[in-house]
Amino acid sequence: MLSDPFFQRALLAAVLIGFTNGYFSGFVVLKRTALSVSALSHTMLPGIALAILLTGALTQANAFIGALTAALIVGLGSLVVSRNSRVSQGTALAILYTTAFALGVAILRYLSTPAELEEWLFGDIMSVSDNDLWMSFGIAVLVLLSSTIFFRPLLLTLFESNVAAAQGVPVRSMNYLFFGLLILALVASLQAVGCVLSVGLLVSPAATISLLTNRTNLLFWGGGLLGALGSVLALIIAWITGISAGPAIVLVLGSLFLLAFLLSPRYGLLSRLPRRQQS
Amino acid sequence: MEHAHPEAHDHDCCAHHDHHHELLVEGLTVHYRKILAIENIDFATSCGNRIALVGPNGAGKSTLLKAIAGLLPRSAGTISWRGTTVRKWSREFAYLPQREDVDWNFPITVRGLVEMGRYPHLGLLKRFSPADTKAVNSALETLNISDLHHRQIHELSGGQQQRAFLARAIAQEAHVLLLDEPFTGLDQTATQSLSALIHELSEEGRLIIAAHHDLSTAPALFNQTLLLNHLPIAFGPTPEVLSKSNLQNAFSPTVA
Repeated sequence: MLSDPFFQRALLAAVLIGFTNGYFSGFVVLKRTALSVSALSHTMLPGIALAILLTGALTQANAFIGALTAALIVGLGSLVVSRNSRVSQGTALAILYTTAFALGVAILRYLSTPAELEEWLFGDIMSVSDNDLWMSFGIAVLVLLSSTIFFRPLLLTLFESNVAAAQGVPVRSMNYLFFGLLILALVASLQAVGCVLSVGLLVSPAATISLLTNRTNLLFWGGGLLGALGSVLALIIAWITGISAGPAIVLVLGSLFLLAFLLSPRYGLLSRLPRRQQS
Repeated sequence: MEHAHPEAHDHDCCAHHDHHHELLVEGLTVHYRKILAIENIDFATSCGNRIALVGPNGAGKSTLLKAIAGLLPRSAGTISWRGTTVRKWSREFAYLPQREDVDWNFPITVRGLVEMGRYPHLGLLKRFSPADTKAVNSALETLNISDLHHRQIHELSGGQQQRAFLARAIAQEAHVLLLDEPFTGLDQTATQSLSALIHELSEEGRLIIAAHHDLSTAPALFNQTLLLNHLPIAFGPTPEVLSKSNLQNAFSPTVA
């Protein structure tokens, strides 16, 4: 299995995408914006569909640009709406993303390549090309580098934005940076798990870690490690059992979360049960 | 996180009685969501004082605090501290939000929270030095929460949560502490210990400014009071400011 060039590339992609998304899931968990992530990932569908409709073909580049544009419009649009009206950002986002997703579904029937579109909905990591790998690598470097450099102001902003602003943190820019990086990480995960399942990769790693430790830093590095290892394990399982890789990744990460939820020594469900038979 | 500021940051700013550090607020006017929130606020004070901002609900107490902290843009007016104009924010000011505004489930330890006070000194990438650790430790000691430093903030009591945020401000070497309703929701023991702490901090030479809604406790807690209702009504020693006629002025429904 390791000698298969498709599998090799898939493995590399899984490590890159798993680590980047796992690392960034630390911020997502701290900001408590799982809803926004779900919203943004669904927004990618109309973006990709429109790109295909406009250009007449499904290529990496135009799908990427379409997804990015749609995510940016909806993500930043929700910020603009909430800033300039009494509607909260969550509400604005919910309206914008369901509208966008509906638009995507409506466009679907006009496309000549609905079969390929399934790839973008649920991912196909076994078919990554060298170009895809470079793109994932570029995004990984960009996301990891900027979130490391701006780690402190991002953390201050996520925790308490008023106190952060009083310390001189440009809170508004940090919010835009957060959403920008979030969208990049989502686009990177398209190839692996597709836009519908990408939420799993961008939320569950750090959420799992948060059940096991109190150390804020571990959310990020631990999340990255868990994301990468989980994705690799899922690939192997998918190869052996023949199930699709995208769902396998989300299943493995979801199962790990469930395990931590049940077994965590500190916050696990089982540790809270009264101990009846202590041997 | 650039900080352009007078470099002198001696710990207790009023240690030398020959030069008092002055906070000057002149003609401060702030619009909040396009509505005039506070207008023409003037007062001058110096460190070592404890100031209560008193007024009816919606009088602009929190707005004034936030404007001094640099969280809200000013429509007019100037703020100067130690003879230097504060253009937007100052590292020597620390803002402490109302307790209910903080997400206490955020996974961070007390030490982690206090370490955030050092971030403005460290900028983006500078590593924690032994001096930073020392500042964090001494802030934890000052606030009597050294033994809680590994606790998660959601495991703290209300009084301990207040002290954790105060420790963050002390670690930041802030001289002006801007507190939004610090006593709200505290039981009597916690109120007493926070009150003692605030006295201590002001005696060390820090300037405490707090939004405070409880008229009955204000005289014991704060030596100066700014009474406001959008416009300033009176400023000075607490017992004088909270006179019957002033209060009637502030709380009467006819005030614009």
